[in-house]
Amino acid sequence: MARALNLRRRDLVALGAVATVLGPTQAQEPPRTLQIVGPWEIGGLAPASSGYIFTRMQITETLTDATDDGTPLPGLAQSWNVSANGRVWRFSLREKARFHDGTPVTAAAVAACLSKALVAPAMLSLAGVERIAADGPSQLSIHLRAPFGPLPSVLAHSSAMVLAPASYAPDGSVRAIVGSGPYRVTRLTPPQHVEAALFDAYDLAQPIVRQVRYLAAGRSETRALMAESGQADLAYGLDAASLARLTGKARVRIQSVVLPRTILLKVNAGLPALRDVRVRLALSLAIDRQGIGRAILRDPELAASQLFAPSLPAWHQKELPPLRHDPGEAQKLLASAGWQRHPDGLRDAQGQPLRLVLRTFPDRPELPIIASALQAQWRQAGIAAQVHIGNSGDIPLGHRDGSLQLGLAARNYANVPDPAVTILQDFGPHGGDWGAMGWRNPAVDDALARLSQGHVAAGTAAQLRARIASSIHEALPVIPICWYRQHVAINQRLQGVSLDPLERSYRLTQARWNG
Amino acid sequence: MNLIQHPVVRMVARRGTQVVLLALVVGTLCYLMARALPGDMATRIAAGRYGYDLVGNAAADAVRAELALDVPAWQALLDWLWALARMDLGTSLVSGEPVWHEVLHQLGATLDLTVASVLIAAVLGVPAGVLAGMRPGGWADRLTLLMAVVLRAIPAFLLALLLMLVVAVQLGALPVAGHHDRGSLLLPSLTLGLGLAAGLARVTRASLRDALASPFMEFARTKGLTDRAALVRHGLRHASLPVVAYLGVHAVLLAEGAVVVETLFAWPGIGHALVHAVFGRDVPMIQGTALCMGVLFVSFNLLVDSACLALDPRQRLKGAP
Repeated sequence: MARALNLRRRDLVALGAVATVLGPTQAQEPPRTLQIVGPWEIGGLAPASSGYIFTRMQITETLTDATDDGTPLPGLAQSWNVSANGRVWRFSLREKARFHDGTPVTAAAVAACLSKALVAPAMLSLAGVERIAADGPSQLSIHLRAPFGPLPSVLAHSSAMVLAPASYAPDGSVRAIVGSGPYRVTRLTPPQHVEAALFDAYDLAQPIVRQVRYLAAGRSETRALMAESGQADLAYGLDAASLARLTGKARVRIQSVVLPRTILLKVNAGLPALRDVRVRLALSLAIDRQGIGRAILRDPELAASQLFAPSLPAWHQKELPPLRHDPGEAQKLLASAGWQRHPDGLRDAQGQPLRLVLRTFPDRPELPIIASALQAQWRQAGIAAQVHIGNSGDIPLGHRDGSLQLGLAARNYANVPDPAVTILQDFGPHGGDWGAMGWRNPAVDDALARLSQGHVAAGTAAQLRARIASSIHEALPVIPICWYRQHVAINQRLQGVSLDPLERSYRLTQARWNG
Repeated sequence: MNLIQHPVVRMVARRGTQVVLLALVVGTLCYLMARALPGDMATRIAAGRYGYDLVGNAAADAVRAELALDVPAWQALLDWLWALARMDLGTSLVSGEPVWHEVLHQLGATLDLTVASVLIAAVLGVPAGVLAGMRPGGWADRLTLLMAVVLRAIPAFLLALLLMLVVAVQLGALPVAGHHDRGSLLLPSLTLGLGLAAGLARVTRASLRDALASPFMEFARTKGLTDRAALVRHGLRHASLPVVAYLGVHAVLLAEGAVVVETLFAWPGIGHALVHAVFGRDVPMIQGTALCMGVLFVSFNLLVDSACLALDPRQRLKGAP
């Protein structure tokens, strides 16, 4: 409370100053702390909860890193190899790496940390890990039950970030963030605020920016005004209206990158009405993606021509025919599938109406609006749909109990840098919480199994990916709507910042002050 | 006077009983309401913890197993009440932090905001109301009426954005949002305080008019006091009673109803925390934050009662033999 009272007293003095002279104060002088603002709150210290905030701020590291196209790069592990049977992976750690409490990053510490990351939803739980062992001070081995080629990619996920033993309470919960990155936490007040300073004992190149700070601000308007006023140096998660306001302002520049995230409709293809691919095609043809892109996302180029965005070059198939908007064709397909148009919507030969329920959630503010647009566009095609806005968990739950008909979501295919992991989760033999439902294609199953085992020649892997992408494109177990573009407002006083299309890092170590 | 019959003791005893009853009722009601909400609890908690990119059935199963959510509802409620008797509010199901720890941080931020808003309202509203009340129909009266109408009509959301645009963006005088920068308290407290000041000015005016028209003021002037002396010695004290009561009620509303302003200014207040707890089906956090809000309500009432008791000798003498 003493802190609170101090704050009040100080602020009231400032109020007096503002009341007398409403002029520029110290708030305008460029502080040497790099302020980031984004919409993501720190929901807990467990790596699977908010680990991404600490990896993005380069406070914590993962064993592996990735290039923009997802190719694995060394992280805390400087090299690795895999046994001939594909089941044992050996990693060599950076020998001079230190945790922020000064202790060395040993294989034993990393093994203890990663052994706690084997429970869902930590991505390492997908790899079928048998055990993780320290074979020497800097030698770590991960033993798998079956070959899993994308293991380096899974280890790059923030849920597998490496924390020092001092981070854990006796019950195994995380009580502090003691990482090994170039920045160390100096102040952490969840759910909104974290400050970090340069870690002097970092074993690689020291960054120029010495102090960084992150604030979670829920409203896009707030983030935009923080950028415009100069309070924020990097403002993430700008919506279309904020973007329009900031464009052309002298103090900020906007950088954008297409993310490997697709706004899509998850379809329950096990339902009698939706089992027929002609109905799914008709639903897709009735969607005006350009209109949604233009009116809601203010960017018609984001209309999805296929499931995988061009920012996933290994998965985006240029030769696939783009998804079209053709209400006439949709009508014909529905009629050929036995649906007749009546004043109250579509009915089958027995007079049963086609009524669909579309579930979505407001965590991404554009989703409920897109759901309403879909409802209106389908109504023009005679398809009646109700929109239910609830919690993001309702879609996986509806997948499990079979009650879901349609779900509108924004799926990140680069949850880990290799999209094959997420695609395996979504389109594997049993479908996926955020992917196929009541739909299976043996050719896709086979291709995914081979990709997940690894040891596939580059040419063959490309063919397998093309087979998966084209099968999904033709059968539409999920219907792509739009891709997603990340916009960031960057203060002009900051140079060297680039955007990470995989959203893994704010790349603070490359930033420098202008002048 | 018997100590038990003393008005202050009676007041504290009454409010103390209210706190205990409130804890039982609020805790139980919150628990029952959270349990009665549609949807699977483990899935909601998993969504709250891991967000939409990682939530799934495997995550929900892991949460269910970790938190033993299959325990019968009555048993979980009894456990909570027993823990509450030991002053333990439990652990957040989403963040894993002790609820006390989270609530204290949020309550501190909320109290900062509330006290600053009330101070701003008092500093601006009371003098404006006194000026208006001294000369009904004068320029001060008309101006405060106009300001009151305008400020009460503007939604807090819009006022906040206007203040951000003018004070923070155009003048660069204060930070737009956040909790840790110098002066960051001022814009959110001005947003709340200006609306409150508008109402307070009108209440002060009306209350002062009543006081000025009362027989004791007439008597004070008849015995030779100047208008100013009569006002300062007798009128203001009488007029302050409704003002204090009004401030008390609105301070509670501010503390508990500032969710929009907290969200917009990224202020880590308790209203913001309660909304997130409800979305994440974080039952101990819902119970803890609601309980704190309830205790806050009773505490504010106690403060208002004490202030009125101190100002009004008639109330102190009520229980006297």
